[in-house]
Order: sequence, then structure tokens, then C-alpha cells
Amino acid sequence: MTGAEPVQTVLRLSNITKRFGSLTANDAVSFHLDRGEVVALLGENGAGKTTLMNILFGQYTADEGEVELFGQTLPPGNPRAALDAGVGMVHQHFTLAGNLTVWENIVLGAQPLAAMSLRPGEVKARIRDLSARFHLKVDPDARVGRLTVGERQRVEILKALYRDARILILDEPTAVLTPQETDALFSTLREAIGMGLSIIFISHKLHEVMAISDRVLVLRHGKLVAERPTAETNREELAALMVGAEVTMPEITPSTPGAPRLSLRAVSTEGEGDKPGLDAVTMDLCAGQITGLAGVSGNGQAALSDLLSGLRAPISGDMTVAGEPISGWTPRTAIGHGIARIPEDRHHTGTIADFTLAENAILETYGSDFSRRGWMDWARVRSHAEELIATYDIRCPGPDVRIRLLSGGNMQKLILGRVLEWGPEIILANQPVRGLDIGAVNYVHGRLAEARDAGAAVLLISEDLDEIMRLSDVIHVISEGRLSPPFARGTMKPEDLGAWMAGHGFEEAAHAS
Amino acid sequence: MELLEILLSASFWAAAIRIASPLIFATMGELICERAGVLNLGIEGIMVAGAFAGWIAVWAGLPLWGGVAVALLTGMAFGLVHSILSVPFGLSQHVVGVGITLLATSLTFYTYRVVLPEVSSPPKIEAFQAFEIPILSQIPIVGPAFFAQTPLTYAAFVVVIVTALVLYRTPLGLAVRAAGENPSAVAAQGLSVTAIRMGAVIVGSGLMAVGGAFLTMSAFDSFFFDMVNGRGWICIALVVFGAWKPGKALLGAILFAAFDAFQIRLQQTPVGAVVPYQVFLMMPYFLSILALVAMSRRAEVPAALMVPFNKGER
Amino acid sequence: MRLEPIANPTLARRTLPPVLALAMTFAVAALLAMIAGGNPAAVFGEILKGAFGSKFAVLETLNRATPLIFTGLAVAVAFRAKLWNIGAEAQLYAGAVVTAVLGTGALGWPSPVLLPVIAVAAMLAGAFVLFVPAVLKTRFGVDEVVTTLLFNFIFLLFVSYLLEGPLKDPMGMGWPKSARLIPEARLPRIVEGLRLHWGFALALISAVAIWIVDARTTLGFEMRAVGQNAEAARFAGIPVTRVILKTALLSGGLAALAGYSEVAGLKGSLTLDLSPGYGYTGIVVAMLALLHPLGVVVAALFVAAIFVGADSMSRAVGVPTYLADIMLATALLLMVLAILLTKFRVRRD
Repeated sequence: MTGAEPVQTVLRLSNITKRFGSLTANDAVSFHLDRGEVVALLGENGAGKTTLMNILFGQYTADEGEVELFGQTLPPGNPRAALDAGVGMVHQHFTLAGNLTVWENIVLGAQPLAAMSLRPGEVKARIRDLSARFHLKVDPDARVGRLTVGERQRVEILKALYRDARILILDEPTAVLTPQETDALFSTLREAIGMGLSIIFISHKLHEVMAISDRVLVLRHGKLVAERPTAETNREELAALMVGAEVTMPEITPSTPGAPRLSLRAVSTEGEGDKPGLDAVTMDLCAGQITGLAGVSGNGQAALSDLLSGLRAPISGDMTVAGEPISGWTPRTAIGHGIARIPEDRHHTGTIADFTLAENAILETYGSDFSRRGWMDWARVRSHAEELIATYDIRCPGPDVRIRLLSGGNMQKLILGRVLEWGPEIILANQPVRGLDIGAVNYVHGRLAEARDAGAAVLLISEDLDEIMRLSDVIHVISEGRLSPPFARGTMKPEDLGAWMAGHGFEEAAHAS
Repeated sequence: MELLEILLSASFWAAAIRIASPLIFATMGELICERAGVLNLGIEGIMVAGAFAGWIAVWAGLPLWGGVAVALLTGMAFGLVHSILSVPFGLSQHVVGVGITLLATSLTFYTYRVVLPEVSSPPKIEAFQAFEIPILSQIPIVGPAFFAQTPLTYAAFVVVIVTALVLYRTPLGLAVRAAGENPSAVAAQGLSVTAIRMGAVIVGSGLMAVGGAFLTMSAFDSFFFDMVNGRGWICIALVVFGAWKPGKALLGAILFAAFDAFQIRLQQTPVGAVVPYQVFLMMPYFLSILALVAMSRRAEVPAALMVPFNKGER
Repeated sequence: MRLEPIANPTLARRTLPPVLALAMTFAVAALLAMIAGGNPAAVFGEILKGAFGSKFAVLETLNRATPLIFTGLAVAVAFRAKLWNIGAEAQLYAGAVVTAVLGTGALGWPSPVLLPVIAVAAMLAGAFVLFVPAVLKTRFGVDEVVTTLLFNFIFLLFVSYLLEGPLKDPMGMGWPKSARLIPEARLPRIVEGLRLHWGFALALISAVAIWIVDARTTLGFEMRAVGQNAEAARFAGIPVTRVILKTALLSGGLAALAGYSEVAGLKGSLTLDLSPGYGYTGIVVAMLALLHPLGVVVAALFVAAIFVGADSMSRAVGVPTYLADIMLATALLLMVLAILLTKFRVRRD
């Protein structure tokens, strides 16, 4: 390439405004993307990133403003327009069909629907060519349902490249990757830029934004509040811009652990579908200690969480709670043994959307505390809900509100209140802050630390390594259902944990023991 | 052995294929709907409506294939109603399906009474006649069984082949399969999940109606109120039994029909003198339940079956 | 098109769609009546007269509503827990068979003992008939819609066998019907001289009882929780499988009471045409009632009125009685849509 090529703007959003009722999701947002550039779009959940992308992809029509792609105005509300103009998107939740092969997923929608044949030969040859050029190794004939998360992401990127995308949008692409896989992704992206592609990188992980982007845009409450060349800013400034104030995180002081409250000795469980079960896991959850579980999603976190929740019993090994071996292990008995459970999916597992707040608050205790001989005591249910609302600062119209109308943060506060109010001895917190804004994140972390200081044994499961390292007194890494030895606070760097997350070190540990 | 004799007779297999034909049409129809993610419990009523519509059209003077077309269109009309309620509005597919069955059945009976107010027994039509395919029909056993059927039976087999080809070899079929597995994969490509699913339900319902029409225009030559008699529900079991694959579903339908033909013949043997005939008539239904239980663990259900897709919903 | 939940629906939003759904149902019926050569005003007038026009008509409507209340309750209870019981017809006949077996002289006890014993036995039989599909669902994951539907056919054949074999009335002149019940096994009339038996009262009592179970007991809470979100219920420690099985027993038992009350109350013997599809109509009744137990009573009366009215309308005007079935199917489909529109707004986007 010769040096003096003029800068070419490939995408320009002008004054995009989108309202949903009284909520303004995007408020006069304008920005542009140049050829060969990586722009990071930074913002909290609900800042308006997703809405903006939905407008670009014609899923929503903007109330005001327009989108210009390669100099052409994009017709609004046409989902194919952006795709056809050469924009590819890798969604946070992959849009792949598990029962189809890799090549079928890639070609889906890329051919005219009226065509008489899929031309598998041509399609696969082109996929092989693209995977070689961009170092995205994947077998075109493999069933997507059998691939790992990292491989699925490669399929998503190939999907965009197959359509000759010249602009690539990646929504939280690293959430499911190990640090090493993230590095590999970044080198693929640099390769793509070298070939003239432009990239929008949506994230809330500041160090990644700093590492990959040329320019950072910060969205807050639907407004574009800042634009900085990456070279001229730093993580602290970006964090403050994102939240709108100096971020004060709750101080988590190291603790002195007590006796083990829950012990696993070589416990194995059955897997489910393509998710592994536990493979001879040994661990202790000690009183007054937060144990962090790091790992790439889908490596057995669900299995461990299901085990502690009572949804699944061990098939071998010993599990003891407070020194007693467990028997007849169900959610009921888990609750009976003093395990407070904060489920990964608060919308579908933690709450019943069409039940009232008061009813959701007694899901675990209606039988013991809020009924007599099978008859419900609704007066007590109501007063109990009012107490929870006050104690846990749940913002809502009252105990009779349907839980579906609450924000994620308030929903999580209800779940916290539901399980913490009876002073549990063991707490299982599975992704307790995913999707919450910083205020709610700090609240949840603060409460967990409080419970720890009061003597509870806490297991924190998270895919966010930063969160794990900040909160945990001791860290285990999980990979394909196997558990690493415990690492004390401050003894491991992210790269070291990353190696374990990628599956290194387990053999050596097995030999040593 | 008497039983062996039955199994080796050409007339037995010819009967089996004849009994299988309406099931094949309707099973393919249901399979297309379910592959796109919609359970169509309107099948029983749509078959009734198709049986009536095709027959009455021919009675009114249309040629036989014209009657088939009328049945097809009737089924598609009910499919349209079903799909509007179940796809964009995402209403419970159980309730909508039962509602469509009740609606289609009662509309059919009502129309019958309006068109033929005074008749005590329904008029007959000149139904499809067997057409012997030259040479092929001369093969022993196989010939009379498979190649001396009515044109509508041949059409049933063509429908299976076309369904399989479209589903597995064309971009449209790919989109249908994806819509039943992960609709957001379809939506992300700018394709309309709503249009694909509605289209599948409409086409599938059309095939169900043709399956019904087979009864009045090929198997028999007249229309009776309870002639469909649970065949629609059996087809739903056949889709599960066939693991949502056209070829396996076809095999299931033929096996099932063979069993049915077998029990009919068994009634005329000494066994039939001892065992009440109701036991034989129960067999198809029991067999369907058994098939469901047997396949429940193994079958790969389309992941998004019965899951409405609402764009932009979390 | 997109559906957007409405946080606080107004009164108009909550009432208008159902009212419109009913209005459209009548409009469809009027159109069809005209096609059949009937004057809509006359048709609806005759339906109304046939259902409520005389003491006889009203009693007929109440009698027809009785089995519908039972099957409506059966469906409502099951659907609330997302147990898709489409087999109320089979459960009804199970209750009827037990009534015919025990009530034709097998037990020679006095009425006050015999009637409740037969009722309980009938409920157990109906409960068992739904228990099997419920076990297949919870144990093997077999969809209960298809199995309950198939059981309807199986059970009707079973009844046909009984009526031509072991239960056949030797005095029946060859007709497939059972012997008549002994007087002690018959449900008495509520008021002497009025053709309305205690089955109707039992139906009302059942509706109130189910309403109390629903609103006031832990079982009601559990059934609602399992129906709304079985995954969350299981996570919270609610024994989901057991709740589904309990629901099945309750639902099957209620449907069986319809058969019991028809045989012991209205008919006095078991025939193959005992139920003109009360099991299926129960689905319409339950949906029109929004699955509310007390609403079931109102909906059953409405549905019964249309059926009874349509019978006499057909005799008077000549429009086929199937108009009633069309009205109910239309009402069912439009009502589920209307209920959705009370909670969601349709957005073009």
C-alpha cells in the first residue's frame, strides 16, 4: 500500500435518536468510522449500544437521524440493507443453529431463497479459502452443536467474511474466551484491518478496549458523552466517563478463613448435552471466605452450580455439608442445609416473571414460613415483602408488582434478600452481577463481602476474571469439568490463570498428587 | 402359517400402501410445520375439511385434480389462520391448534348440512382409479403393491421426495430448518422468521388437507362425519417416530399402515373370533403411544419447536 | 410487527378486546346464518328463546352446563399448571363406566353411602386415566397433548366393547347400552318436580372448592408456580414432578365427575353417545373463563345456552346446529388473541 492514500469514511451515523415511550434509548448520537480503523464503543448495560446496532441493522427504525454506508444513505427499517452493503455483525449471543453444519450456518441467508441448490462444493471451498487467509481454523462439515464456544465465534466471523463484509461489528466478543483465545482473536482482527476492513468493537472491558482500538466512543444513558483517540486516554478516565462519576468500588479486605462448611472429595457428576459434568472435583468452601471459580463458560461451571443448588447429585465421590455426608440431594435439601443460591439466570431460574414480588420472595420458604397445614398466610407474605423492599432497597411500586416489570438490578436485590435474610452459612453466587449497572454491581459485591465477614462461605462463579481476582480470597480454575488446586489471593497473574483456563497444568497437578 | 401368508400377499401390501397414503401427506405437512418450529394441532380438523372440500368440489362438477386443488387451498386457508395466531402473535400452539381443529371440523359439518340439507346418505363421486404403471407393476408382490395404486398415492411419494429435497438441498429449506432450531440465526441474516414460519404452516396445512382428501377421493368415494377418526393425531406421533426426517417418517407411515392392514386381516382369522374387534381398532392408537415413548429419549427435537419468536425480546 | 408489554393497562385496554372478540364471534355466526338462508336476528332470537325462553329451557341449559362445568374445571386446573389435558373426554367416560358398574346393583347400599362412594370411585378412575399420560410426560418427556388425545379414541373403543359385552343391558333389545342404575345410585333432584339433579349443585361446589384451593392453599401456589415457570419452581425446591402428578389426579377426577353426574343424574344408564364432546368443549369453556374456576361456571352456562338454543333454533329456522360449534371455536380463537391484546401492544417496527 502506498502511503498517501486518502482517509475514507465507511460509516457515518448522524443524529440518531430513538425513543421507546418515555425512554430515550439513543439521543442524537453521531459518529463515523474510517477505513482500516478500530473504533471501540464503550458503555454500561442499557447505555444504548444494542439499540444503536439494531438501528444500523434495520431491526428498529430511528425516530430521527440517518445512517450513511460507503457514501450511500441506508434505507431505514430494512434488515438486509446493512448486510448487503457489507456490514457483518458477531452477536454476543451467537446466532447459530446447532443442528446445522458449519457450512450450512455460514451460507444461511447468503443465497437467494428461490435458488434451486445450495451448491455445497463451492460454498465449502470458499470457506476453506477464507479460514486459511484469516487463520480461522474450523471444519466446514462439523455440526455447530458440537463445537466449542471459541470455534463458534470463528464461525460467526467467517459468516461475516463470507458475505464480503467490509465493516465488522463485534458485540462483547471476549466474554466467552480465555485470555489466550482473546489474543488469537485480536490477531485475526489485526489481519482483517490489514486487508482493509473496519471494525466496531463493543465492550465494557477497559483493558481490551485499550489494547485493540484506535478510537473510543463512550455512550451513557443513550448519549455519546465522549470521543477519545485511544492513545490519549487511560482506563481510569474511560471508567469515569462510562459511569458518569468517579468510580468508588467497595473495599474488599482479605479475610481469615474458618473451618470448611462444604467439602467435595473427588466428586463427579453427569454432564448435560454438550456441557461437561464435574470430573473428580475436590474443594473446600470455608467459613468467612470467598472462593472464586474462574473459567471459560461451558467448562463445568453449570455442573458445579447445579450440584450446590441441589439440581444434580454426585455420581461418585463424597460431598459433605458441615461435616455431614449428604443424602437425597434436591433443591429442598440444599436449602435445608443452609445453602443460599443465587442462580445464573435471574429471569428464568431465579424468578417467575408473572408472579408478584411478594410471591417471588417466598418461592423457597412458602411451605415452612408462610403457610399452616397447607393454607397460605397471605398477610404475612405481604408484610414480609414490604420488609425486604425496605431492607434491600428494592425500587418498585410495591409488593404486588409483577416481577417482570422490575429492572435487572432490582430483581437481583430481591433474590439477594430472599436468600440472605435467613443468614445462610453457604452462598452460591453464580454470575451475580452479569448485566447489571455499576451501582447495582457494587451493591451486590458489598452484600456478598458483608455476608462473608459475617461468617458465610461464599462460592463466586464468574466469567469476568477481573471480578474473580478482586473479590476472591482463594481462586480455583475450572476446565472441562476438572478443578485446579486453590490459589491464594494475589499469588496468580491473569496470564497464569489463563493457562489453567485453557486446560494447561491439570496433568502436572494430577501427577503431583 | 396363516400369518405368514398374509405378510407375503400382494393385496396385503397394496392395502398397506393405500392406508399409508393419507398419513404420508399429512405427516409431511406436520413435519414441515414442526421443522419451522410450529406444532400444528389443527391437523385433525384440517384433514376433515380437506376430505370434505375435495369431495364436494368434485361432486359439484370439478375434475378430480381440481378437487385436490380445492382441498389444498382449503387447508392453506386454515393454515393461514393458524399461522397468524401462532406466529406473529405467538399464542399457545396447543390452544390455537385445538381451536383450529374445532373450527375446521364444525365449519365442515355446517357446510355439509347447508349444501346437502335433505340427504340421508352422502352422494358418491367418481373417485381416483388405480393406475398400473407399465412394466413395474408386473414385478411380483412389489408390482401390485406399489405400482398399481391411484395417482394420488404416487403423488404422496412425490411429496416426500420434494419435501426432502427442499429441506436439505435448497436455501429455503435451510432457512426453514434454522427457523425451527434457532430463529435468531435466521433473523440475524435479515430474513423474516415470521414469513418463513407462516409459509411453512400454510404449505404444511395444505398437505394435511390433501391427506384428508385422499380418504374421500381415492380410498373411498364419499364423505362421512367421522372418517378421519384420529388419523391427524397419529400423524403427529409419526413425525416424532420419524425423528423429524422425511424418509424416516415415510418409513414409519408405511410400517404403521402395514400393521393396520395386518390387524384388519387378523380380524378375519380365528384370532378375530376370540378377541373383540375393538381391541384391533385400538391397536393403531396404542402403537402411536408406544412409538412416542420409544422415541422420546432418542429423537432430536427441533430446539425452537413451540417457542414463539418475538423480535427484540430478551 | 412486535409485541410490547403494557406495564399498567387501562380499564379500556383490559375490557375492550374480549368484548370485541365476542362481538366478532356473533358477527361471524350472523354471516354464516345468512349464507344458510337464515335471518340473523331470527337465528339469535331463537337461540335466546331456546336457551332461556321457558322454565323448561332454563332447566335444560342448566342441565347441559353441568358436565361442562366439570370438564371446564378439569381443563382449567390442568392448563394453569401447563399440563395440556385434551383427554377430558376419556376421563369423563372413565367416571361414567365406574358409575355404571357400581350403580347397577353391584353395591346394594343405601343412597347416602352409595352416592359418595361411587363419586369417589369415579374420580379415582378418571384420575388414573390422566395419570398415565402425566407419568409418560414427567418420566419420558412424551407430549401429553398427543397421548391424551389418543387415549380418547382408545377409551371410547373400550366403552364400546363394554357396552357390547360385559355391561350390555340384557333388556336393551340389542342396543349398546348398560342396564339402568338402581334407584339408590341415582342423584336426586334438587327440588321435587324440577328436572335438575344434584349434579349441578355438585358442579357449583366443585368450582368454589377449586377456587379456594387455587387462591388459598400451598397446592394452588405450587400449581401456579409450576405452570408459569417450571424451571424456576424446580430451582426454588418445589417438587415439580409431584405437583404435575397431583394436578393430573385432580384434573382427571374432575372430568370423571362429569361422567358420574351424567349417568347417575341425568341419563340413568351408560350409552356410547353419553357425551357429545363435553371433554373438548371443556377446553373452550376453560379458555373463555380465562382459566378461572368461578369463570368456568359463567362460561359453561354461556356455552350450554348456545348449544341448547341452537338445537331449538335449528328446529325452528332450519340453520344447522353446527352453528353453535362454529361460534365456540371462533370464540376460543378470538378470545386467546383478545387476552393477549389486553397485555401487549402491537408495534410496527
